[in-house]
Amino acid sequence: MRVTVIDYKAGNLTSVLKTLHYLGAETQVTDGDLSLVSSAERIVLPGVGHFAATQRLDATGLTGAIRAAIARGVPFLGICVGMQWLYAGSTEAPSQPGLGVFAELCTRFPEGYEKVPHVGWNSLEPMPGSRLLAGVESGAYVYFTHSFKGPVTQDTAAVTTYIEPFAAVVERSNVFGVQFHPEKSAETGLKILRNFLSLDVEGATC
Amino acid sequence: MLTKRIIACLDVHAGRVVKGVQFIDLVDAGDPATQAARHALEGADEIVLLDITATHEGRETLLDTVRRTAKELFVPFCVGGGIKSARDAEQVFTAGADKVSINSAALANPSLISTIGASFGAQAVVVAIDARRDPAAADPIRDAQVFVHGGRKFAGRRVVEWAREAEQRGAGEILLTSMDSDGTRAGFDCELTAAVSESVSIPVIASGGAGTVAHFAQVFARGKADAALAASIFHFGISTSRSLKQELEKSGVPVRLPC
Repeated sequence: MRVTVIDYKAGNLTSVLKTLHYLGAETQVTDGDLSLVSSAERIVLPGVGHFAATQRLDATGLTGAIRAAIARGVPFLGICVGMQWLYAGSTEAPSQPGLGVFAELCTRFPEGYEKVPHVGWNSLEPMPGSRLLAGVESGAYVYFTHSFKGPVTQDTAAVTTYIEPFAAVVERSNVFGVQFHPEKSAETGLKILRNFLSLDVEGATC
Repeated sequence: MLTKRIIACLDVHAGRVVKGVQFIDLVDAGDPATQAARHALEGADEIVLLDITATHEGRETLLDTVRRTAKELFVPFCVGGGIKSARDAEQVFTAGADKVSINSAALANPSLISTIGASFGAQAVVVAIDARRDPAAADPIRDAQVFVHGGRKFAGRRVVEWAREAEQRGAGEILLTSMDSDGTRAGFDCELTAAVSESVSIPVIASGGAGTVAHFAQVFARGKADAALAASIFHFGISTSRSLKQELEKSGVPVRLPC
């Protein structure tokens, strides 16, 4: 299967690409070639760093191309800031809109309780019926590194608790987001990526 | 629940894992890629590869080692040793590292922390600090001396103020080695670790002195460490990360199990 990986020049794609290759996927990377998005079978948007960097997705036209691909039913997976981008925005960069698939805002962990950022292995509480988390048991550990997070809503497919419960996984129709790094989350992460790669493309159309 | 991380550390010289006390009497301990994969299978939460080759030719060997090690490693992977510039860091990231650890270069040029962070994210920058208590200081612990060049030279900085500056400049984590404890197997310096950990909001990885399971439990509880580095304890077959974590769990330390 082929995966289009979006590069918005924030961070390093090596780990994500390496893991997708290990799982048998072919990858094509685009930092602005919209034809690779319009012909995509699956899209992965990795991301680290500041939410403001997603401005590059707007500037290059990738935002519109991704929106159209999602509307066509192409499975989409956002990782870390790539997940946060699926929301209306983030208080990290209030003037920079996200894609708005999910109407809420991402916010920073409250100060004064535990260290922020949240770094390390924490456990997932998956909701029943999540396709991305098929076979992932309650309590399975994945690797996080972030200071901002999405709220728990009806679209949350797994909750993790650090200071307060937050959305570790978000899932609606063909759109998926993970706040942690599946490419760094040992067997649990590989299982989640395998699930994404084996989603039935037609079946995912809404 | 967020767990305490057990990090396996491989010292690498000229493309081979070596072991020895304080870099003396080095013994060949195998291939880095094989050893890293074994540690990950045995439950390590993260792998640190520390290159102790100082030569220029060594850089190419290191990049090849990083590439081979990263290829089938699916836990966080940090590489340190000899990274002097943003260019050096970029090469290591492109070869497959998730984080770089910088030490002397950050002290010589603190803006390197923010330069690497701006391109690769703060989570990718680990600032390593080698510190020794200073009995002559008003506060021997918070004012512990920071050393460079493998512990041979006082850098003119004090541990807590340097850790805070590193954080302000955008470090994602601190890897704190107690030079008093390193190599002793008599336990981590919990007071030093707690002084640093309580002064910053980023995670602190404790290093130096591990000899028993109890030492790890102490550095997590009293030392407020977020993670602990284990090196010789594994090489000599005393314990795997999994068995270490199973014992820690019995002591009430939250750890990633099963793993």
